[in-house]
Amino acid sequence: MTTTVSPAGSGRRPRGAGRSWAGPAFVAGYVLLLIAFGVLPIGYAIYFAFTDAGGSFTGFTNFVTTAQDFRFVDALGHVALYLLFWLVSLVVFVVALALLLHRVSSGRISQALRFLYYIPGALAGAASVLVWLFMLDPTVSPVSSLLGALGFDTFGQVIAPGNLPVLFTVIAFWTGAGGWIVVMYGALNNIPSDVLEAARIDGAGAWKTAWHVQIPMLRKWIVYMVILAFAGGAQLFVEPQLLSLASVGVAGRDYSLNQLTYDFAFQLNNVNGAAAVSMELLVVSVSVAGVFVARSRFFDAD
Amino acid sequence: MPTETHATPAATAPRTEREPSAMSRTAPRASRRAHRSVGEMSYRLLAGSILTVFVVFFVLPVVWLLLAATKTDQQLVHDHPLSFGSFGALADNWHSLTAFQDGAILQWLGNSALYAVVSLVITLCVSVPAGYALAMTEFRGRKTLLVTTLVVMLMPTATLVVPLFLEVNAAHLIGTMWSIVLPYSFYPFGVYLTYIYFTTAVPKDLLAAARMDGCSEFGVFRHIALPLATPVIALVGFFSFVANWTNYFLPYVMLPQDDQMPVQVGVGNLLSSVPQFNPTAGSLAIERPQLALATLVAITPVLVVFLFAQRFLVSGMLAGATKE
Repeated sequence: MTTTVSPAGSGRRPRGAGRSWAGPAFVAGYVLLLIAFGVLPIGYAIYFAFTDAGGSFTGFTNFVTTAQDFRFVDALGHVALYLLFWLVSLVVFVVALALLLHRVSSGRISQALRFLYYIPGALAGAASVLVWLFMLDPTVSPVSSLLGALGFDTFGQVIAPGNLPVLFTVIAFWTGAGGWIVVMYGALNNIPSDVLEAARIDGAGAWKTAWHVQIPMLRKWIVYMVILAFAGGAQLFVEPQLLSLASVGVAGRDYSLNQLTYDFAFQLNNVNGAAAVSMELLVVSVSVAGVFVARSRFFDAD
Repeated sequence: MPTETHATPAATAPRTEREPSAMSRTAPRASRRAHRSVGEMSYRLLAGSILTVFVVFFVLPVVWLLLAATKTDQQLVHDHPLSFGSFGALADNWHSLTAFQDGAILQWLGNSALYAVVSLVITLCVSVPAGYALAMTEFRGRKTLLVTTLVVMLMPTATLVVPLFLEVNAAHLIGTMWSIVLPYSFYPFGVYLTYIYFTTAVPKDLLAAARMDGCSEFGVFRHIALPLATPVIALVGFFSFVANWTNYFLPYVMLPQDDQMPVQVGVGNLLSSVPQFNPTAGSLAIERPQLALATLVAITPVLVVFLFAQRFLVSGMLAGATKE
């Protein structure tokens, strides 16, 4: 957080507020948990990733063997494709819907819509996948005619491998987008009304105002959303795992990197390989989070 | 830019409600000028239909799920997807669901409640004092702790599942409730929310005055800070509860035994007992409406929290957005 230290910031700190023992005493419990369940697991992952089953140092062997596993490159590709669909749809639809909601003149309607969009968030996790298994099964789906029009007549056709990135995107969007729409809407409200007034006086219509004024001012929130969605999406697990249960392993088995770590650890008894893949995922999410904390002005610590 | 330097998410946190005064001033003027032109009308039509399409997208599956639980499997396939079955069918579904493995679903619900509530209590006892100390006191390593908290907070929980398994396995805690309760209790987002709350909403002078009156450090926290912190305690509580209740990957790995599963994992298990999804399910099968009912039962506590704590949750999302 070197970027955020300013003279004003340090001057604001009151001298002698809280004697020196009080702070450490209050954070002690949290620090204990932080070490035990934040830092130590990372240590375990590193240790296992660089050793073999006997505990002797093996260098990068685990990384090489897992990367050469026939499922690894596929899983990487699946996750990358899913992330692409997921992030693009998130940015486009969340920003568009927030802008549209912002122009709804009735405050009541706008609030009701935001709440309706937000409700599926309560079905996060396994529940959302189950709901969508039903939605995607033409025999019971309320949109079976739509599925039929798209050429899907059986559940098997719907969950064909090529469709999975889109299907997982739909599920993730259904549960997660509402929350982000609320955030973006709030951020739009924070744009001073005289800025929008000025744009209007200059003759900017709705499109121009959105494109040249509102979206640039939403930038940091969009970046924040993309960062969190990227880190979360890279960890894809429950969606393909439940889908593979629902299709008896036909679709979604060993689909994502996290499923692969699960299989290495619990099916193949290769804990060290699992640790290696976990470490790769850890490096991605720690560095994404670290860069974001250091570079953005979002989390100024003081 | 000193003004920007102090910008914490809460300080810049967008307001949820629009100021009515600004609205009423600009809206009529804008429409008068536009004279309801063709462009304006077609914009309204387009915007209205997009917003409506997304209402259908977000709400239809929830409505379908509610109705599916009231039908028999026959009705589910042959009746209109958005028709109501009968209360009799709902009761029958409930009986078959609870009969599955001698009331497994009730046990799973109990497990979920136990895990979520115990973790919630530990989370609150640990996070609130920590957020308070980070915001209101000065000590060595404070900055490091804050930055570490932020980084860990932005990491998705799934990242640490396999590493946590390795650690918990080494501590011989696999299969005990502590294998998920303790990791759940570590909730950096809660610390961050409390920290933000104290820095922005509680003046330090107030605490200094209490100290001057001879109040001990613990007394200041207990009698001054804690009563002021009620809103943020509720907020952290809701978020922690929802996060614990909906977690799937960690309990899936840590608690392999059927009778220890939380309901999220249990419902996933039910899925493989539905013949339409798993043809090998055999005679102890679960029918699809019963699976729909199980899903509903599994999300009810979270749904209740959502409905009653809507305002809380929204303001919490704005104070730095959720960790998902």
